[in-house]
Amino acid sequence: MAFSVDEIRERSRKIAEPWRNGKGGLIPILQAVQEQMGYLPPEALETISRELKIPSSEIYGVATFYAQFHLKPRGRHIVRVCRGTACHVRGSLQLMQKLKEMLSVEENGTTEDLRFTLEPVACLGACGLAPVIMVDDDTHGRLTADKLGDVIARYE
Amino acid sequence: MAVYRAHVLICGGTGCVSSGAREVMSAFKEELAKRKLDREVMVVQTGCHGMCEMGPIVVVYPEGTFYCRVEIGDVAEIVEEHLYKGRIVERLLYSLSGSIEKVPHYKDIPFYSKQERIALHNCGYINPDNIEEYIARDGYQALAKAVKEMSPEDVLQEVKTSGLRGRGGGGFPTGLKWEFCRKAAGTKKYTICNADEGDPGAFMDRSILEGDPHAVIEGMMLGAYAMGADEGYIYCRAEYPLAIKRLNRAIGQAEEYGLLGEHILDTSFSFHLHVKEGAGAFVCGEETALMASIEGERGMPRPRPPFPANRGLWGKPSNINNVETWANVPAIIRNGGAWYAAIGTEKSKGTKVFALTGKVKHTGLVEVPMGISIREIVFELGGGIINDKKFKAVQIGGPSGGCLTEEHLDLPVDYESLTAAGAIMGSGGLVVMDEETCMVDVAKFFLEFTQRESCGKCVPCREGTKQMLLLLEKITAGEGTMEDLTTLEELAHMVKDMSLCGLGQTAPNPVLTTLRYFRHEYEAHIRDRKCPALACTKLITYAIDREKCRKCGLCAKKCPVDCIAGDRQTPYVIDQDRCIKCGSCFEVCPFSAVTKS
Repeated sequence: MAFSVDEIRERSRKIAEPWRNGKGGLIPILQAVQEQMGYLPPEALETISRELKIPSSEIYGVATFYAQFHLKPRGRHIVRVCRGTACHVRGSLQLMQKLKEMLSVEENGTTEDLRFTLEPVACLGACGLAPVIMVDDDTHGRLTADKLGDVIARYE
Repeated sequence: MAVYRAHVLICGGTGCVSSGAREVMSAFKEELAKRKLDREVMVVQTGCHGMCEMGPIVVVYPEGTFYCRVEIGDVAEIVEEHLYKGRIVERLLYSLSGSIEKVPHYKDIPFYSKQERIALHNCGYINPDNIEEYIARDGYQALAKAVKEMSPEDVLQEVKTSGLRGRGGGGFPTGLKWEFCRKAAGTKKYTICNADEGDPGAFMDRSILEGDPHAVIEGMMLGAYAMGADEGYIYCRAEYPLAIKRLNRAIGQAEEYGLLGEHILDTSFSFHLHVKEGAGAFVCGEETALMASIEGERGMPRPRPPFPANRGLWGKPSNINNVETWANVPAIIRNGGAWYAAIGTEKSKGTKVFALTGKVKHTGLVEVPMGISIREIVFELGGGIINDKKFKAVQIGGPSGGCLTEEHLDLPVDYESLTAAGAIMGSGGLVVMDEETCMVDVAKFFLEFTQRESCGKCVPCREGTKQMLLLLEKITAGEGTMEDLTTLEELAHMVKDMSLCGLGQTAPNPVLTTLRYFRHEYEAHIRDRKCPALACTKLITYAIDREKCRKCGLCAKKCPVDCIAGDRQTPYVIDQDRCIKCGSCFEVCPFSAVTKS
């Protein structure tokens, strides 16, 4: 998913274009850019700023405010460990601990081969299956530390 | 139209899908085709049944037979026995906890029989991706009744009569909120659905959106008609991809059927609806922050007044209600406000959906009439505490709520009585805790959450929650003093009184209620440097009793950090420096040789 600087500029311009005269477009644009590129490269933010005539400072303000946006490249698969109440009382901290060790990364870190990014998340809303992790869009529930290996192995 | 003699309903909610419901569904289709029963038996994917823990859930109609934890390997048997020969597959039925007696019917399971489902009326019953199934269950009847037979004032009046109050937390009377917006000057108005369900431990909104998206759409349209709005937004958190997909599909279908768009049902009423995806900020559940986020800005709350009813989205009069509130509206218009007002208590009308989780036997979503006691919810619907341990507390209302104790078990659940006890109704998260849960740790857990999610705009919330958290960390590490406790309480009151929005104003609630009801636990952490529940990791140690150890090595195998050494000849020993105190060895040892102190 590595794009050249020109490609990044061109793609971001295309994403931002339809919103030029509209309102409320910044967040959907950032979401679309991140969807395509995996993160928000500085060149993309510059392009959006020029297209929408919004100062870069404001765009960075929005991009850093929301947990969903990332300014650094991320892994091909995002592993989210639910740290909600129900998962907490059923041992989600151990899952996090084990994953950190398996992937040799810290929270919010990305593995060197860009395969995984490990993130805590406030609540995935699958409390009935606690403890839960989500890999990309798949939810895995009723986990224990020793089941994690099988789950992770499914994502290349 | 084809007629089927039986229907197999398979739950397609997030919970059951992650337990393998999709695979079970394809297996059913295959097996039925193989036996040439596919023209007699229809397979339907429904929304959430609420009992996620027992998933994947399969219900066979017309009998209403409830099968739980169905695996692919069970499908052939259900088809052969039940659908072919008409014999129920006993071993897959639900059984009451502690009893071997099987309960064959959906409606006889206490988890369901005690419920009264209005907002969850269609969840688990219809295919959410098919508008016709919604229509067949009286869907869009209320809309037709409203635009054809009722004036906007009539609709507003019915909602006021119903006594419906905001289900997102505050409990503000919905009719009154609508009236403010209706009376606000201006021709352009918005209705907004708050689907940014961020409270850890709450998932009713997700289930409604996934299981019955049209009810929310219809509710918003009725609100728009009453208030004079022609455009609406559903702000849904990005962590709910399935809900977003189903909402978009439902909106597309409603447009296709002429139920959404210009000149709805050939009247002058027009309404357009958009879905906005959130970007991961808890504070966006606050109404003014949510609107800032739709506008594409940082989701920070604004001081009120002006209230959104007068100056909301893009400066126009706007109304925000949450998912569950909207989902109640069609039934109110269909059956009348008086019908709804007959359910519940004097000041809290209707029903409330709770997400029952934690150390309770049956976790899941339950919709119960207001005024039911906590005891009924936890012990009758929920079946009591896991492993029959001792009930200690129930945390109600998420990070803005509080912890209630055994003495509150018979408290009727309504807005006023919960607030009086120091908790709040909140969005309806109900986390049950047993004797192994440390209340100081729970308070710390919630504060960690609100502290991280504080947007940073106002000082009391930004700095106050941080200082409170530092004090709690100190106490749970066994380094606290009695003065810290006084400071903590002072800070809590300050943050509560001085914060700008609901997030800060309610953030101290978990601390204040635990200080009120479990002060002795705080004192034990400080005076005795002990955690009575043996939960605070810094205050406990795990060790292996040399005498009791049978050298099986199970603990070493389970240890996530490999800090247990030993072999067939020498008893196993834990390296205390590397131990992360996860308790895996304690749980796994078959000989109770691992001690916790």
